[in-house]
Amino acid sequence: MNRWTLGTGLTVVLAAAILAGIRFGSVPISNADFFAVLMGEGDLVDRNIVMELRLPRVLLGILVGGGLAVAGATFQALLRNPLAEPYILGISGGASVGAVLVLALGWTIAGSWILPIAAFAGALVAITLVFRIATTTGRAMDVRVLLLAGVVVAAFFSACIALIFSISSAQTVQSTVLWIMGSLAAANWQSVALTATYTLPATLLLMRLARPLNLMAIGEETAHYLGADVEGVKRASLGIAALITASGVAVAGVIGFVGLVVPHTIRLLVGSDHRALLPLSFVAGATLLTLADIAARLILSPTEIPIGVITAFVGVPLFLTLLRRNLSTP
Amino acid sequence: MRIEAQGLVVHYPGMVRPALNDVSLLINPGQLYAVLGPNGSGKSTLMKALLGTSPVTQGNITFDERALVDWSRRELAQSVAALPQTETVAFPLTAREMVAMGRYPHLEPLQGEGDGDRIAVLRGLEACHVAELADRDVSTLSGGEFQRVRIARALAQEPRCLVLDEPTASLDIRHEMEIFELLRASTNSGMTVLAITHGLDTAAQFADRILLLSQGRVAAEGAPEEVLTEEILAAVYDWPLSVHNDARSGSLKIHPQRSMDTYA
Repeated sequence: MNRWTLGTGLTVVLAAAILAGIRFGSVPISNADFFAVLMGEGDLVDRNIVMELRLPRVLLGILVGGGLAVAGATFQALLRNPLAEPYILGISGGASVGAVLVLALGWTIAGSWILPIAAFAGALVAITLVFRIATTTGRAMDVRVLLLAGVVVAAFFSACIALIFSISSAQTVQSTVLWIMGSLAAANWQSVALTATYTLPATLLLMRLARPLNLMAIGEETAHYLGADVEGVKRASLGIAALITASGVAVAGVIGFVGLVVPHTIRLLVGSDHRALLPLSFVAGATLLTLADIAARLILSPTEIPIGVITAFVGVPLFLTLLRRNLSTP
Repeated sequence: MRIEAQGLVVHYPGMVRPALNDVSLLINPGQLYAVLGPNGSGKSTLMKALLGTSPVTQGNITFDERALVDWSRRELAQSVAALPQTETVAFPLTAREMVAMGRYPHLEPLQGEGDGDRIAVLRGLEACHVAELADRDVSTLSGGEFQRVRIARALAQEPRCLVLDEPTASLDIRHEMEIFELLRASTNSGMTVLAITHGLDTAAQFADRILLLSQGRVAAEGAPEEVLTEEILAAVYDWPLSVHNDARSGSLKIHPQRSMDTYA
């Protein structure tokens, strides 16, 4: 498929999804009232719902979804594995421990900003640990060690969460589990601004590394002979992609499968050139999460389904189909 | 391009003997230089040491009389194209995309490919007779086709020197000969070629000079007729061989003997 055709198509769908995302929600608003709000008029309550609740929520979905997809594409390129995803390095585990600690200790009373900061700090601890393990074993960063370190660190964090759960109240456990399953419900302009500060420049930086990331597909030794600073590219892009993931987890909890399914699908459609793959993954990830959030809000309205459940319900069948098609074509 | 190495020693930590021990070589511009030797004799290590991917314990390496350490990675890649023995492709990639990667050292990070780049890619594809495969996914190519696509990428790099680790391993006679003919032809236009190979006959036919390695040391170095003698080869490969001058091709032919011939 032509990359421009796909890009245009995705952008149109995203624009429609944005409009739907601010138009529909658990509180019904008539078409006339909705257009009045868009014109900067209308009822104050409607205006608040659209501009202060729905719009930041949609924008946060775009940033988190796009960021997760771009991070996924990067992890897949670096680990030379189309099944890699942002959480493979124990990042979600670290973020979850940070968040669970704050919830269990009841620190959220001090302010809603504590949770994302603790999650972000936890994610950073996880990344640092994994990097440390992967780089101390040898001079260069070995991707196999990196993967193993990620698995081990994630297992350690799971044990930490289990320990905290076992000594927490049932109510804390419930609210924490809901957070872990992912939600954009806590979105406000502050979290949008915070996520944008991390995600947008980081995505642009990764796009600058698109060409060396392409070379990683044919192996590190060849990439080196073609003039790429392989170790530098690995360090920079892993760090950036990990930061994007951490900022996403910090504001929206653990949302799986976006970083796995989106880049994988785009790669099957337009090929492996990261100059196209990264921007298209961003738009597709943004679209997927915006649509998933609309579904999460509307399917059992007024009850919200965790968005991670929706992305898993969409992602798993899609992924299995892709996997089967991949296995049947040698 | 002139390549010189003096007294190279590569000693991997924890290994009893050095992988390379006191290896020196001089390759002049336009030469086809073959590196031969049994498995584990240090051929690939020599290539990695020359190109800076294997740490050198001792010795000097110069390209065009400039020390290897003074070349930036990008600068070296603009002049030297190198193909490791194996390459696995992690993602779907067309032959054209693979060959276009050869333009990497000539482009700025965000610079798009220009006409000059497209012409270089096309030339590489045509020189290796893979232009008709350009839009095929490389994972669907045969071993020989894939190898020719890789060499096309090296040519698209527009280097002054080609370094190839067993470029014709797993290729049939025709494709092996075609590749060596191509390498020979490129030396005629000034390209320097360093090829690691197991093919004693092809080295005898095509190489200007041969370096024969044995257990990390230079067993012999010189013109094919100086290096490819029965005594030297039998000692290095630890197997009886006979060497004949083939009147039709005018080059040496090496025949390994059946073991029963020796022990009978």
